[in-house]
Amino acid sequence: MADISETRPPERPTRWQRMTDNDIFWSFIHSPGAMIAAAVTLLCILACFAAPLIAPFNPFDPAQISLWDGKLPPAWAEGGQPQYWLGTDNQGRDMLSTILYGGRLSIMVGLAAVCLGMVLGVGLGVISGYVGGATDAIIMRIADVQLTIPGILLAILINGIGRAILPLELREDFAIYVVIIAIGLTDWPQFARVARGATLVEANKEYVQAARVIGLPGWLIMLRHIFPNTLRPVLVIATIGLALAIIAEATLSFLGQGIPPTTPSLGTLIRVGNEYLFSGLWWITFFPALTLVVLVFSVNLLGDWMRDALNPKLR
Amino acid sequence: MTDLLKITDLDVEFPTRRGTVLAARHVSLSVAPGEVLGLVGESGAGKSTIGNAIIDLLERPGRVAGGEILFEGRDLRQLDKEEMRKVRGAKIGMIFQDPQTSLNPLLTVGAQLVETIQKATDHKGAAAVDHAISLLEAVGITEARARLKSYPHQFSGGMRQRVVIALALAGDPDLVIADEPTTALDVSIQAQILDLLKKLCRERDLGVIIVTHDIGVIANIADRVAVMFRGEVVETGQVAQVLGAPRHEYTKSLIAAVPRADIRLDRFTSVDYIEGGASEATRIDIRHHWLGQGRRADPSDDAMIEIDGLNLSFTLQGALLKRNRKMVHAVDDVSLTVKRGEVLGLVGESGSGKSTVARLIAGLYTADAGTIRVAGQDVTSKPNTPEAKRARRMVQMIFQDPYSSLNARMSVRDIVAEPIRFYRTTGSEAETRRIVGDLLDHVGLGAKAAERYPHEFSGGQRQRISIARALASRPEILICDEPTSALDVSVQATILNLLKDLQEELGLTMLFITHDLPVIRQMADRIAVMRHGAICEVAEVDQLFAAPQHPYSRHLLDLMPRMEMLTAVPA
Repeated sequence: MADISETRPPERPTRWQRMTDNDIFWSFIHSPGAMIAAAVTLLCILACFAAPLIAPFNPFDPAQISLWDGKLPPAWAEGGQPQYWLGTDNQGRDMLSTILYGGRLSIMVGLAAVCLGMVLGVGLGVISGYVGGATDAIIMRIADVQLTIPGILLAILINGIGRAILPLELREDFAIYVVIIAIGLTDWPQFARVARGATLVEANKEYVQAARVIGLPGWLIMLRHIFPNTLRPVLVIATIGLALAIIAEATLSFLGQGIPPTTPSLGTLIRVGNEYLFSGLWWITFFPALTLVVLVFSVNLLGDWMRDALNPKLR
Repeated sequence: MTDLLKITDLDVEFPTRRGTVLAARHVSLSVAPGEVLGLVGESGAGKSTIGNAIIDLLERPGRVAGGEILFEGRDLRQLDKEEMRKVRGAKIGMIFQDPQTSLNPLLTVGAQLVETIQKATDHKGAAAVDHAISLLEAVGITEARARLKSYPHQFSGGMRQRVVIALALAGDPDLVIADEPTTALDVSIQAQILDLLKKLCRERDLGVIIVTHDIGVIANIADRVAVMFRGEVVETGQVAQVLGAPRHEYTKSLIAAVPRADIRLDRFTSVDYIEGGASEATRIDIRHHWLGQGRRADPSDDAMIEIDGLNLSFTLQGALLKRNRKMVHAVDDVSLTVKRGEVLGLVGESGSGKSTVARLIAGLYTADAGTIRVAGQDVTSKPNTPEAKRARRMVQMIFQDPYSSLNARMSVRDIVAEPIRFYRTTGSEAETRRIVGDLLDHVGLGAKAAERYPHEFSGGQRQRISIARALASRPEILICDEPTSALDVSVQATILNLLKDLQEELGLTMLFITHDLPVIRQMADRIAVMRHGAICEVAEVDQLFAAPQHPYSRHLLDLMPRMEMLTAVPA
């Protein structure tokens, strides 16, 4: 047995040392794929969130948009203009700026939807696993039923209901929130299943029994002891869920069920471009689609790596 | 007599991200045909590594860095993969620790045996089947022909280990390496398996290397023994010599730490050599401390735990109809009384229901029938009166597995302070911190440990944290459920000493659960022997060891490892 007092440095490690001195971090800096994926993801997210600072144009400012400049090809193609690198869309908005602003919206919607699904799913999953019995049966059967319905159909349904109960004048303003709720409500069974599985494992461990012997109430045991220990598998699901949520937003918007076409998001841009695809205006749909693919692909790679790193037995 | 296996200056290293770890350093060993060599050491000493290195099954990225392994005159390190595979199948057999996982659950025992025989020998078809039957008979399985068609789950643990031994013998090997072959088994089965190994060794002129942490196993089976400590063989010799008159300091302290069944000692001998100079704990004056306060001023009740007619069944297989359900009677009409300040030992083999009784008293399970009274309060069902809740809080528990009994995401301070903070038993956060420090001091970890996280501690140190957490509730009753069975003997001795001291200082009432009779002899005042969920016998400790009344108690006592050859008790 390694002697603790020998191997540990005498002074207490700083928070940064503690964070970097673990197997996950070590696995990360030794996995080129994961580092590239993380770099691309970070770049996409930073660029999109810094859109107001770095975008050459503001697609929300009517003064900067001129229909005369509509449908211009990318700068390097014939007829392209140097100030519009990636060309312009049908309304004369600069593609690059529109993608940055649209990507920001897509990522925000994705993050918010995943958070909603995670809070709901993990909460229900932990309760389901810890309490057991009829509560468990009811929650998990609801999740099972929901999983039999294709996610996007369900999202369309929830989205439709959301719009129908909103008064007409509020629909545009609240469209984004409705989309977030629709995607989040579609997502939760995944989280609930994973969290329940992890809870069943953790609840049998002796530290939970020790907490029960101390006399802590159930909610405190779930919150303080079980929940933090279910986070690892949940984080993996959340990363992959983020990619899926971004796609779900794009799909909803593409189908005309999500964000109104006047607000740029990756989905609405692809939809608008799709109408012009056969007239040869490929760039309107191509660049947003490429952004979506790169973003989703790198987030997925990151999720894959994380699953392996957190569960060394899979390798 | 020439050596069957001769290892000279073997080095095994494991490259890790923190640098290379030498798991074995200049190890030299030899085994002759018909000889049992015991390889004994505590966890991490490198004893399994040696076994795996011989048959080239080191877990990656471990590798042999130097030395030679001569087997029947050939250096195994020079063989290529294919030749090595042949040696492994036909010349060297391996027996693993856990018979649950070393057999394929999807194949019949016969299929696994016949496959191995056909690969490793010239027997084919019906001859292979006949050979399989003769092997099963050799390892003591009756009706061998019929049992060939059974699946592993249809065998008990001990029978399964016999099948594993038969598999190891399938290629008619010259050397068998048994890695902790009896650790996962009950004592009664352990004795049978050891006898079988010894018999096979004599009959077939096998060389056997038995890797174990258990001095008792060595005393019973081995001819010669090699003691390992941190990757090095510190002492080799005849068993009687090494156990009776050890030369190396480590061997001496290791043997001193083995609990003795024949005599009751006041304390275990101090074994500082092993824990790397364990810091002498700053003890606190416990009676005038916070720990001693909050007790009831005048405890008049004499019986701290009274259980009467306790029953609990577990559902093995659920069904809508009651008659289709399969139940197991885990606790069958158990009645017990534990007096104030008494240590009651609860002994039994696995599945005897001893842990279930403990969990019932601690309130982790709810009884089907019967009553549990703690300090006179009925706590059988969920306590709903303030008095019953107080009584429940008097009971704290220390668990078996030091690795899963602490929440890895909380600092030691938060773990120990949890009951103090929840019940607000101190005036301020500063006082809480001071008390947590005192508790950690008292269990021998030092107050500085509070800042750290459980993964930074070894098994024995974690068990000390568990004890500090239990003390933080200011319990009057401490239930110890196999508190040392996951620990090395040397660490076990220090933890048992600590528990003994605490029991005396605080006048704790203790329920001590174990399968280990020598341990219970040192700890308990009275002993209850359990079997199949029921209590066979309750007796004073000396009386039980001197004159057991129940046949099952006698049976258990007979199975205790014979330790006569150990050194005389230091005065």
